[in-house]
Amino acid sequence: MPAKYTALRSEHERLGASFTDFGGWQMPLKYRSELAEHHAVRRSAGLFDLSHMGELWVTGPDAAAFLDHALVGKLSAMAVGKAKYSLICAADGGVIDDLIAYRRSADRFLVVPNAGNAETVAAAFTERAQSFQVTIDDASARTSLIAVQGPRAEQILLRLIPADQQDRLTTLKYYAAVEVTVTGLDLLVARTGYTGEDGFEIFVGNDVAVQVWRAIEAAAAEGELTPAGLAARDSLRLEAGMPLYGNELSREGDPFAAGLGGVVAFSKEDFVGRAALEARKDAGPARRLVGLTGAGRRAPRSHYPVLKDGVVVGEVTSGQPSPTLGVPVALAYVDAQYAEPGTALQVDLRGTPEPFEVTTLPFYRRQK
Amino acid sequence: MPRVVAGLQYSDEHEWVAREDGGVVTVGISAIATDALGDIVYVELPEVGATVAAGDTCGEVESTKSVSDLYSPVSGEIVEVNPAAVEDPAAINADPYGTWLFKLKDTEDGPLLSAEEYAAKHGGEL
Repeated sequence: MPAKYTALRSEHERLGASFTDFGGWQMPLKYRSELAEHHAVRRSAGLFDLSHMGELWVTGPDAAAFLDHALVGKLSAMAVGKAKYSLICAADGGVIDDLIAYRRSADRFLVVPNAGNAETVAAAFTERAQSFQVTIDDASARTSLIAVQGPRAEQILLRLIPADQQDRLTTLKYYAAVEVTVTGLDLLVARTGYTGEDGFEIFVGNDVAVQVWRAIEAAAAEGELTPAGLAARDSLRLEAGMPLYGNELSREGDPFAAGLGGVVAFSKEDFVGRAALEARKDAGPARRLVGLTGAGRRAPRSHYPVLKDGVVVGEVTSGQPSPTLGVPVALAYVDAQYAEPGTALQVDLRGTPEPFEVTTLPFYRRQK
Repeated sequence: MPRVVAGLQYSDEHEWVAREDGGVVTVGISAIATDALGDIVYVELPEVGATVAAGDTCGEVESTKSVSDLYSPVSGEIVEVNPAAVEDPAAINADPYGTWLFKLKDTEDGPLLSAEEYAAKHGGEL
């Protein structure tokens, strides 16, 4: 497989990015300093290329009924203009992907799966759509996605929007999307993100991706907006307590163990994975996803054992020194009896058990 | 390409080695190492007085993204560690060849590469 690059490759190279493979894509890992990029998003604004993410358009009279069948959530109950976080599960209840669905009209949705799962989700959609009046259009290859995240994101974007449309952005609620003219182009702008900050994700055709990226850069004052790579994206989402597919979510796990039971709507008609998920819900997860916070300097990393009195009771899925909090934080699956916030546990940090405490997620919550 | 400084020796674990008068050897990590690690947030150095053998783990360097062991490129006794590197690990990123980590004496070399060999083997720029 040759490496895939997004339409913004030239911009990343101009900005001095170092690249990393992510889901088969060569994506910017960082530009200069992932810590500076992280802090920029928390304090001002960051600019991200998320064009590796998938974009699947689901259109037709059965679009809502189809998504109710294909996903675990009740998408038919969502108002036009809104967005919803959901999961697509296998028949055995394992998580195929986590994704966001945007309802653009009564019979049209945009679904955004993760980069590494986009083709799998598209194939599952096509397979699950057979008895529905719906078309699945995989627009991933022709669509770019640019995110502006951080407290200054709204002010920066407003400078690119005509005066008579400003209120579309200022009144846009979290987890909603709207068509706005940005730098002269009619674009879909969503108030969603993966950083724990206010921010926007902007869907653009590949042909105008560079134009939009540069317009956003130009709209920001000196030091107001920092291009940010996947390293910062990962540390930001971890602080925000958000799962990463492949770390916290997988085919082996289930939504209840991940604390996502609320995403599963048993109040609707039959859906793929329902029977298995009901059984899992009734049994209750053996292990639960928790936050762990330490007081030392050394950070847990993926796959490190979690201990209680020297006995392994869990495993770390993500961990880092938190740039914002200044202490090590981690997400881990631990035996359900130790999942209560305040529980004292240890993490085996390369042979040395270090004390960690189960903490409520998210680790970081922005001041509204 | 990360910078490799001429006149130093290097280990395959990306430590650089400088020789001072009086048989003291100074050790740090190369720009290839700092480039791969990213922003360093914590460094753990060996104890002064400890005796280490070439190739031994004697500390660790942790960044937001990853963690890596620190190996001693030579055998000998640790005579000094750099508190400035512990205090401000970002200095290692900013100046990897100017921010030494530890010094040893009575040393015996492990397998070391010249700057030219190291740059060619690990993709650095002299």
